[in-house]
Amino acid sequence: MIEVSHLRKTFRVARRDEGFGNAVKALFHREYEEIHALNDISFSIGEGEMVGYIGPNGAGKSSTIKVLSGVLTPDGGECRVDGRVPWKQRVKHVAQIGVVFGQRSQLWWDVPVVDSFELLRDIYKIPEATYRKNVRDLTELLDLRELLRTPTRQLSLGQRMRCEIAASLLHSPKILFLDEPTIGLDAVSKLAVRDFVKRLNQEHKTTVILTTHDMQDIEALASRVILIGKGKILLDGTLDDIRKGNEQIDETIAHLYKQYDI
Amino acid sequence: MKKYLSFFRLRFVMNLQYRVAALAGVVCQFFWGGMAILAFYAFYQTDPASFPMDFQATASYIWLQQGLLAMLSLIGGTDGQVFEAIQSGNVVYELCRPVSLYAMWFSNNVASRIARALLRFIPVVIVSSCLPAPFGLMAPPDAGTFFLFLLSLALALLVTAAFSLVVYNVTFFTISDRGVRLISTSLSDFLMGGIVPLPFFPEGFRQFAELLPFSCMENVPLRVYSGDLSGAPMVRAILLQVMWLFLLVLIGKALEHKALKRVVVQGG
Ligand SMILES: Nc1ncnc2c1ncn2[C@@H]1O[C@H](COP(=O)(O)OP(=O)(O)OP(=O)(O)O)[C@@H](O)[C@H]1O
Ligand SMILES: [Mg+2]
Repeated sequence: MIEVSHLRKTFRVARRDEGFGNAVKALFHREYEEIHALNDISFSIGEGEMVGYIGPNGAGKSSTIKVLSGVLTPDGGECRVDGRVPWKQRVKHVAQIGVVFGQRSQLWWDVPVVDSFELLRDIYKIPEATYRKNVRDLTELLDLRELLRTPTRQLSLGQRMRCEIAASLLHSPKILFLDEPTIGLDAVSKLAVRDFVKRLNQEHKTTVILTTHDMQDIEALASRVILIGKGKILLDGTLDDIRKGNEQIDETIAHLYKQYDI
Repeated sequence: MKKYLSFFRLRFVMNLQYRVAALAGVVCQFFWGGMAILAFYAFYQTDPASFPMDFQATASYIWLQQGLLAMLSLIGGTDGQVFEAIQSGNVVYELCRPVSLYAMWFSNNVASRIARALLRFIPVVIVSSCLPAPFGLMAPPDAGTFFLFLLSLALALLVTAAFSLVVYNVTFFTISDRGVRLISTSLSDFLMGGIVPLPFFPEGFRQFAELLPFSCMENVPLRVYSGDLSGAPMVRAILLQVMWLFLLVLIGKALEHKALKRVVVQGG
């Protein structure tokens, strides 16, 4: 379902030292540094799989998600999702997937959440009956009833995140990319989101890729874990492969990061 | 098509919420309009013969300009949100939608312009048409002229929106919107007749300015309204509006095509 091979992406980042003198110097001569955000990434994910994509800050997780969702064109390598090349057939591709970027908002800021949902219904051309059913189910499962009529800017982070997840599922996508979906959630919301994603995967066979820094998310959800560091895939296996004895999951991961020096 | 209408509707409703801003705008626009008309009047009295427009037509130009400011100024309104989305990288979500970014931004842009202008236009028109003879907003000479005014106004709106879209897409490359914005607003304010109407420009320079896309913005409808622009020159002006509309849309779309290939969405 998702085939990625030898994906590369290099960013050019302007760097300068601190201080006024260096700022002036940078006006005339910019120094660029090349950052290999994705350095020969390959993996493949089958239909209905749920994969945890982990790695330290700056490892390249979000960049991978952006390539998979068609908003970033890689410098090299191939990628097919359901037979489509995401960045070449962006419009056709994004109609079939759902994406949540935890640090950003897709809901229109000034209007009640339900207005955003209705706009998404028109954008994705969701049939009225399907739309109603999905809103009903999502409202129930994510406990949104109180939130739907509130303007987005008046929601708390966790409330908003639940609405964001619902928004990305209105068009019943077969593939879901979640980039840090549990960021900033309290214990109750976290459990609700985890339960919900699990059910989605089990009942609808939705393929899910999830990035997170919360290892409990991974423990609860992902049967398969891909570890990325400095733009390279370091490990692809199950949590049990990684775990030694009965260490806490966070310690296991910390050891792993140290071991790979990332 | 329906999805773009939905964007239009939502953006329209969002902009109608800003009633207090509109009220403040109206007060400010009365003040500016009044000042400008008095200044032109002083100029007119010193030498009526060298005044290039009918005075009544000049006053109408200024009142319509004030009433339609939110519709026809190049950058302003909700454009800041687009610049912000590009700079912060929130544009990823817009790219994650099965829509043409161009068409979506275009319908948003036109919707905010119309919604914001509606709130301001009505009070300005009512009050200014009650003012005494040469200072107020005159009625158009006949119904045909009024119809042509509406046509050229619609074209001016689309040309202005198409130009903003070019500015949006340039921002993909420059990231900061300050430079592009400063250049385009200061150039356009002057060249579209925002400061003085085009007939007041010196010979030679005027003919040059009339060919630029800026002259196809507020300049045409505001002069068609009072009959200052009529007959063959008017037909030419309207055809030029159509031509620039096509060209600007082509340029905007080409820039966007390039931007989406090359450009990096900001932030992780
Ligand atoms: N828009 C950009 N311009 C330049 N460099 C970028 C850009 N986006 C990401 N990078 C660089 O690419 C590398 C990978 O970034 P990415 O956002 O994919 O990391 P991540 O794994 O999602 O990290 P985090 O866990 O902190 O979210 C980083 O070193 C970052 O500096
Ligand atoms: Mg990230």
